[in-house]
Amino acid sequence: MKIAENTFNSPYQADKNGFYGRFGGAYIPEMLYPNVEELQLKYKEILADPSFQEEFQQLLTDYVGRPSPLYLAKRLSEKYGGHIYLKREDLNHTGAHKINNTVGQILLAKRLGKKRIIAETGAGQHGVATATVCALMNMECVVYMGSVDIKRQAPNVARMKMLGATVVPATSGSETLKDATNEAIRDWINNPVNTHYILGTAAGPHPYPDMVARFQSVISEEIRKQLLEKTGKEIPDYVVACIGGGSNAAGAFYHFLDEPSVRLIAVEAAGHGNDSGESAASTVLGKVGLIHGAKTLLMQTDDGQITEPYSISAGLDYPGIGPMHAHLFESGRGTFLSATDNEALAAAFELTRLEGIIPALESSHAVAKLKDLALRPEEVVVVCLSGRGDKDMEAYIRNLDKF
Amino acid sequence: MNRIDQLFAQKKQNVLNVYCTAGFPTLESTLPVMQALQSAGADLIELGMPFSDPLADGPVIQDSSTQALKNGMTLARLFEQLKDFRSSIQLPVILMGYLNPILQMGVENFCRQCAAVGVDGLILPELPLPEYEKEYQAIFEKYGLYLIFLVTPETSEARLRRLDAASKGFLYAVSSSSTTGKDKDMGDQTAYFRKLQALHLKNPVLIGFGIKDKGTFTTACTYSNGAIIGTAFIKAIANANDALPATVKSFIQGIIA
Repeated sequence: MKIAENTFNSPYQADKNGFYGRFGGAYIPEMLYPNVEELQLKYKEILADPSFQEEFQQLLTDYVGRPSPLYLAKRLSEKYGGHIYLKREDLNHTGAHKINNTVGQILLAKRLGKKRIIAETGAGQHGVATATVCALMNMECVVYMGSVDIKRQAPNVARMKMLGATVVPATSGSETLKDATNEAIRDWINNPVNTHYILGTAAGPHPYPDMVARFQSVISEEIRKQLLEKTGKEIPDYVVACIGGGSNAAGAFYHFLDEPSVRLIAVEAAGHGNDSGESAASTVLGKVGLIHGAKTLLMQTDDGQITEPYSISAGLDYPGIGPMHAHLFESGRGTFLSATDNEALAAAFELTRLEGIIPALESSHAVAKLKDLALRPEEVVVVCLSGRGDKDMEAYIRNLDKF
Repeated sequence: MNRIDQLFAQKKQNVLNVYCTAGFPTLESTLPVMQALQSAGADLIELGMPFSDPLADGPVIQDSSTQALKNGMTLARLFEQLKDFRSSIQLPVILMGYLNPILQMGVENFCRQCAAVGVDGLILPELPLPEYEKEYQAIFEKYGLYLIFLVTPETSEARLRRLDAASKGFLYAVSSSSTTGKDKDMGDQTAYFRKLQALHLKNPVLIGFGIKDKGTFTTACTYSNGAIIGTAFIKAIANANDALPATVKSFIQGIIA
């Protein structure tokens, strides 16, 4: 395994200024410029360094537990047709794909000489994954988390605290992922020299979308190898992933971006429905705008104020999407669907009962759209099961009677 | 001649720039606050366009922005409020804000309205220099709008020179690397202020962030052409209600008298 070598040949990759088509870039105040510039200048060189790669790969293998299995879900396939494979990111250490990126970024932070780590988190998976690598590397860790999310993802808050992180509630706006990200960025402005910001999704200013996508690209790199072993063909017909900011989708799509026969399906959170006023489906409800330093598709008012999204899933409750995904949407390379809270819950219960796998609410959104694909018997689908459902047990128990 | 240039042609020391959020504390206080600032002796007005997610601002200015939006402030409404402001206000006026509302209005449309009402300059901290030069500069110049750039203690000398070359009107020197309203000790920044002085920049320099009273204003002015007060002023007028002009007057007098 090695980190994807990007030659900028793909129309779906970031160009040298971090643009994907007209999306991306780095729209940041001067107070952040030295930090972001340092990353822009050094990230590729550091990632390409053999000693970095060796350390990264070893941690992915021995600490994260990679490669994660690619599991043929037979009963799910019987129900929806085709051959449905689950990419089991839920089996990673800490329970989600987020750890792939935090392992990479903590090694990067060490090489940049940083002493203090900050992060934002929605569902708490990225916060836990960050707190974990900080414990491993003996670094100070501060995680910003919306107050609403602190309540609805209590098990992850406890884990972060046990891991030694300070969890700071974000109390502005809708008190969710967007607001936690605002606070993390403000912290970085106030601590420009000693602090590295481990952003958890494929969003934010350049180079974050590209850097996070590269660290997560191990997902699709493994899928190709595993499919080849299992089916004799490394190219599936579909890759399906949920998308909030879009890190697991970026990783699952990465090595298929330039394989036009592979249909890339991104599933956004539709909350109570895209017409309900309570949704987080940015490609349906958004327009071009700026959030957290990137130009992308953004939910906003006519006056350009960012609107508060809603989803039962804290990890998808974000009013924008990463710029790579905005470009996949606009160029037509990706197909964007959305799943409501109820569809996601139904899918979570169904996957649990058919396969004995309790998925995270986020990942359940991806599973929920299998019913819309109208699969033919010979078709091969890979669903990125980005995380496990332990953190969501309260929501599942509350809905046990309904499903 | 741009009013900002006129100001610095006449006054090279102790220039006081005051930040206020449009539509705060009440929707209709935009103009009364500006008029009160003029009568009280401010030299420049930096009018904040409220935004839902002001990343570079600390809690006080964030809250003023949130309050202004709750009051019903929008960019379109701001231009309505500013329609005749030049009949009563002669001070140079700069609009400060985040890019997204401007992108929604359309950059050229925004600039046209700025010019029509008599705005002199803009502070847009998220606008990258290369993009400004490529896509915005010609439009801003067409409408006579000065773009003022920020520099910080972490800005390299080479970049400082580039930003000074691009900046028009003055250069905004952020006193310490922070969001607005952080109470960092300015005493630690004297080396940075001296460095700025020694560079003999093209533009006048105003120091902002952490200027909250006469003492900090005087210190900043020792090293620059003047200073910018934001958070402390917002705090002062937050609960002024009917006594707004008197509150503004006593605040400004407390700084410059």
